[in-house]
Amino acid sequence: MLLDKFSKLTSRTMVLAQENIDTDQIIPARFLTTTSRNGLGRAAFYDWRYDEAGMARNSDPFAGKEPQAHQILVGGANFGCGSSREHAPWALADFGFRAVVSTKIADIFKSNAIKNSILPIEVSSETHADLIATPGAELTIDLERLEILRPGKWKQSFEMDAFGRRCLLDGVDPLGFLQNCEDEITQFEARRA
Amino acid sequence: MSPKSLFDKVWERHLVRVETVEQPAVLYIDRHLVHEVTSPQAFAMLKERGLRVRCPDRTFATMDHSTPTVPLGPDGDPVYANEDARMQVQTLQENCAEFGIELFGWDSPHRGVIHVMAPELGLTLPGMTIVCGDSHTATHGAFGALAFGIGTTEVSHVLATQCLLQNKPRSMRVTLNGRLNAGVSAKDMALAVIAALGSGGGTGYVIEYAGEAVRTLGMEERMTLCNMTIEAGARAGMIAPDQVTFDWLKGRAHAPKGDAWEHEIEDWRALKSDKNAVYDAEITLEARLIAPMITYGPSPDQGMAVDSITPHPCGAVERQGLDYMRFTPGRPVMGEKVDVVFIGSCTNGRLSDLQAAAQVLLGHRIHPDVRMLIVPGSEQVRREAEHEGLHEIFKTAGAEWRLPGCSMCIAMNGDMAMPGELVVSTSNRNFEGRQGKGARTVLASPATAAASAIWGEIADPRPFMEAPRVA
Repeated sequence: MLLDKFSKLTSRTMVLAQENIDTDQIIPARFLTTTSRNGLGRAAFYDWRYDEAGMARNSDPFAGKEPQAHQILVGGANFGCGSSREHAPWALADFGFRAVVSTKIADIFKSNAIKNSILPIEVSSETHADLIATPGAELTIDLERLEILRPGKWKQSFEMDAFGRRCLLDGVDPLGFLQNCEDEITQFEARRA
Repeated sequence: MSPKSLFDKVWERHLVRVETVEQPAVLYIDRHLVHEVTSPQAFAMLKERGLRVRCPDRTFATMDHSTPTVPLGPDGDPVYANEDARMQVQTLQENCAEFGIELFGWDSPHRGVIHVMAPELGLTLPGMTIVCGDSHTATHGAFGALAFGIGTTEVSHVLATQCLLQNKPRSMRVTLNGRLNAGVSAKDMALAVIAALGSGGGTGYVIEYAGEAVRTLGMEERMTLCNMTIEAGARAGMIAPDQVTFDWLKGRAHAPKGDAWEHEIEDWRALKSDKNAVYDAEITLEARLIAPMITYGPSPDQGMAVDSITPHPCGAVERQGLDYMRFTPGRPVMGEKVDVVFIGSCTNGRLSDLQAAAQVLLGHRIHPDVRMLIVPGSEQVRREAEHEGLHEIFKTAGAEWRLPGCSMCIAMNGDMAMPGELVVSTSNRNFEGRQGKGARTVLASPATAAASAIWGEIADPRPFMEAPRVA
């Protein structure tokens, strides 16, 4: 699978202010019996959206929000903690998200997100507080310049692993990259034998 | 030469290509462990590209998450929770057959939770790099291996190239001075460390556990401690190998034999941090101050001594957690009514865990309102426990003695709690809905879980453990 190229995104935010949103919230484990990575958007935040009987909850944070208009998910601190399930970014991507913004994003989730063309962006507490306070704000994320911008309000730079950025900007395929290291891998094995 | 940490040493031994500003390191992987949940899409990625598994001899599979723990059906077949679960296991069987990977399946005497059975077989050795599509891969760090969980795309990378692209994490040393008190276990130690660090405190780090309280732990207890490292946000936890490690490994099926064993031990003895090794962060805890721990909210860092009171006043996160758990701020949780007790998982499903539970349960019956599942971590643990008669103690007490698997830790296989039920669980995660939609999970040690099963409410295990041991 080649990554979708990604350079600039302008969209509204969807805010889930709760801290420590773990991958069991993003996609409950009972949806993990699938052998596919497609169609998991319906399972995203399932237990936040539907009650025990499968009926939509009054508290569904996504109710009435058009996914196409809200492609930036703003989460509380320590977003994506817990399990290594790549089903979490699969579900978020299928739902329509293309970026996750928090003050801190868990390591494995971050790595998985980039591989599925979801930008994990860590911002300062001040920026984060502004985003939490203004759900639905329109943001522009510029991956080329490593900037996140709320027009007329503020602009902040963010950090990202250089290789992950290249994968997203240029469509570099990490598996292809590793395959091109085959000679070095073989030499390494020979050295250790 | 600058002093190096254990982590530095294992990392450097596996560099196919060093990290640069532009590119992550290419890290060689010695062991790749595979299970049914996070592998099907990875094998599909290989098939899409027409790739083979590069090193089938470094790749080992078992099935544990979706597998039932109830007895096999009358036809001798497993009774799966649903058709998807059956299909997922079948897909693993087919992929292993197609790609030439050894699978410890239904017919194997070694099948079990992957982080329990792999060490049992000696597949986990000091100084190795070990990965699995599973965040609790940190368990294997107990042997001085660098072991961490990866996503499914990375599983496909390892299958195809035996390598991963990785930026070197920062290092943290967690030192535990002194000794644990009687009745306090490695699980309590793990929960205390996580409470101290916070659930994101280890993000970006590899943790090395050090200090007298760590060195005096047995091998199974060290696995419990390392297992929960991810609950503090760190992908890997490591303990320097020592004589305890070597004694535990000697003679295991995949451990080196004869001269090779002697040679390896010599090498493994060098796998410890140099005296002046530098860490990016350090914390120190006093083991004697750790009490039996329980969690009061749906995050593993919301832990406290079982006999203390919930936070009051508390911040928004604590408040939200207490609300979900239906606990009151500033009150004890001992005495809260318990519906289900689960003993098992890659955290606490080993023989010593079952022995600790049996020690508490011996001569008692569990409360009539409690359902108690005891799930051995592997077929080997099941055999050893039954050889010691532990299963009879459990059954006499009124608990269910099940087949090995992840069971209620992740509640994918039909073993689960009902909405609103309070579960005292020896597993690793108390997230909302983790053990069933609306279920409320309290994490604890096997002894605390067993004591709570007897009382039918959250209970301190120490009174049971201080009593003279009945042979």
